[in-house]
Amino acid sequence: MAAVQNSMKGRRRAVDDPLWAKVLIVGVVMAFLALVLILPLAAVFVEALRKGLGPALEAVNNPDALAAVKLTLITAAISVPFNAVFGLCAAWAIAKYEFPGKALLITLIDLPFSVSPVVAGLIYVLIFGLQGWFGEYLVDNDIKVIFAVPGIVLATVFVTFPFVARELIPLMQEQGTSEEEAAVSMGASGLYTFWRVTAPNVRWGLMYGVLLCNARAMGEFGAVSVVSGHIRGLTNTMPLHVEILYNEYDFVGAFAVAALLCLLAVVTLVLKTALEVGQPGMRGRGGH
Amino acid sequence: MWRARTLDDDQTMTADTAVRRSSAPPPKGKRPLFRRRSAIPGFGLTMGVTLTVLSLIVLIPLSAVVLKAAHQSPADFWAVATSQRSMAAYRLTFGAAFVAAVINGVFGVLTAWALVRYDFPGKTVVNALVDLPFALPTAVAGIALATLYAPTGWVGQFLTPLGIKAAYNPVGVTIALIFIGLPFVVRTIEPVLRDAAEDVEEAAASLGANRVDTILRIVLPALAPAWLTGFAMAFARGVGEYGSVIFIAGNMPYKSEIAPLLIIIQLEQFEYARAATIAVVMLAVSFTMLLVINAIQAWARRFD
Repeated sequence: MAAVQNSMKGRRRAVDDPLWAKVLIVGVVMAFLALVLILPLAAVFVEALRKGLGPALEAVNNPDALAAVKLTLITAAISVPFNAVFGLCAAWAIAKYEFPGKALLITLIDLPFSVSPVVAGLIYVLIFGLQGWFGEYLVDNDIKVIFAVPGIVLATVFVTFPFVARELIPLMQEQGTSEEEAAVSMGASGLYTFWRVTAPNVRWGLMYGVLLCNARAMGEFGAVSVVSGHIRGLTNTMPLHVEILYNEYDFVGAFAVAALLCLLAVVTLVLKTALEVGQPGMRGRGGH
Repeated sequence: MWRARTLDDDQTMTADTAVRRSSAPPPKGKRPLFRRRSAIPGFGLTMGVTLTVLSLIVLIPLSAVVLKAAHQSPADFWAVATSQRSMAAYRLTFGAAFVAAVINGVFGVLTAWALVRYDFPGKTVVNALVDLPFALPTAVAGIALATLYAPTGWVGQFLTPLGIKAAYNPVGVTIALIFIGLPFVVRTIEPVLRDAAEDVEEAAASLGANRVDTILRIVLPALAPAWLTGFAMAFARGVGEYGSVIFIAGNMPYKSEIAPLLIIIQLEQFEYARAATIAVVMLAVSFTMLLVINAIQAWARRFD
C-alpha cells in the first residue's frame, strides 16, 4: 500500500494541473491582487510619509483629528455591542425554533446589506430631520439627532445591522438544539443554558461577526456622511475627517489619518485570519 | 395564535413537561405548522427583540423614504426618476457596476481556484488580503485610488500616454467598483470549489476527457450558481457604493455623476422628495437584485 502511494506521489494526478498552468494562474492572480489591493494600501502609507514622519504624526495629533478618533470609537462602542446583542437574539430565535416565514425574516435581516449607504443616511434624515416625521417635536424639545452623534450612531447601526446575525444564524443552525434540550431537561434555566451551553459553542463565530461589524462601523462613510453635517471637532468621524482634509488639498494630513484606518484594517485581517486558522469551520464563510 | 400560545406555555412550563411535550408525536391527520414544539425557552423574548429592533431600525425607516416619494404626484415622481440627469447617473452606475462585476467574475474565479487548489508561497497572506475591501474604509480606498490613477499618479502616468483617462472619468468609477466587489466573487465561489468532489474530475479524466474539457464541462458548470451569486452580490454592492467612488469619479453632471451622489446633491438643496424619488428607484433595483440572488441560490440547492 505504501509502495503504491509512493509511486502515486511521483505521478501527476488527473486533477492536478500542469506546472505551467499553475505558475500562470498564480502569476496572473498575484499581479491582479497587487494592482487592485496592495498598490492602494501602499499608496496610503507612501503619501502619508511624503514629507517625513513628523508632519504625518502632527496631522494625527491635531485636536480635530483626535476628536474624530474619539467620535469613531464612541460610535463603534455603541453600535457594535447593540448589533451583537441583536445578532444573538435573532440567531437564537431563528436557529432554535421552527416557525413559518423564517426565510423571509432572514432576508429582512440581511436587507441593510443591499441598501446603498447613502439611502441608509437619507431614511434617518427623512424621519429625524427638520422636515421629517419627528422634526418639529425634536426642535421643540431641543433634541438633536441629525447633524449630531445620535444620527451618526443610528446610521452606523443600520449599515452594520446584519453582520453578527448572519455569522451566528448558520453556525447555530448547524449545531442544532440537542445540547440545549439536554441542559433544559436536566433543569437548567434558559439563561444558564445560554451561558453554559450555547455561548461556548458560538463564541468564535460571535467574535468573527463582531470583528467584521467593528471594521465597518469604524469605516462607514456614505451613511454617516449624509447625517453628520461635517462639523469639525464635533460630528466628524475619522473617514469624514479624511474627506475634509483631502478636499482641502491637505494630502499628508488626509493620508496620515487614512493610514490609521489602514492599520485598523490590517489588524482586522490579521485577527480574522487567526480566527480562521484556529477555527477551520470559519473558513470561507463571512463575506461583506 | 400559535406563536402566542407557545410563548405563554414556554414561560409557565417546567422543563420536564416541556421535554415530554416536545417528544410527543404531532397530532395525526394534518401536518403541523411547527415541526415540533421546542423545549428550549426564550422564543418569545428573542423573537420579540428581533422583530422590534428590525422594525425600528430597518423596516419603518425604509418605509419613510417610500412614503416621502409617494407624497408627490406620479407625474412628478416620474419626471424626477427619469430626468436626463438621473438617467445619465443610472447608466453610469449600472454600467460601471456591471463591467466591474464581469472583471471580478473572471479574476475572482482564478483567485478562488488558486486559493483552493494550489499551494504557493504567501498563500495565507493572499487569502487574508482578498478581504481587504471588507476591512478598509471606503473613503480610504477612494483617496488612494484617486491618487494612483490621477494623470500624474503611479498608475495614471502610464495610462495617460496610451490615451486612457482613468481618474475623474467613468473608467475611474469602474476601477473603484472592481476594488469593492472582488471579495464577493472570491468568497462565494471558494466554499463551493472546496466542496466540489475531485473524484468527478478524476472520473472524467479516466474516461478520456482532457483537462480543458473537464474544466469547461465539469468544473465550471458546477460553479455556475455560486459564480452568478457572487456576480450579483458584487453588482448590487457596486450600484450602491459611494465612498470609494466619489473621490475618483470627477462627479461631472451627465458624465461622471453616480446615482448615490445625485441623492446627496438633492438633499443638500433641501429637495427631500427628489432625493427620496431617486432613492426609491435604487431601492427597487436593490430588492430586485436580492430576489435574483435568492432565486439563484434556491436554484443551486436543487443540485445538492
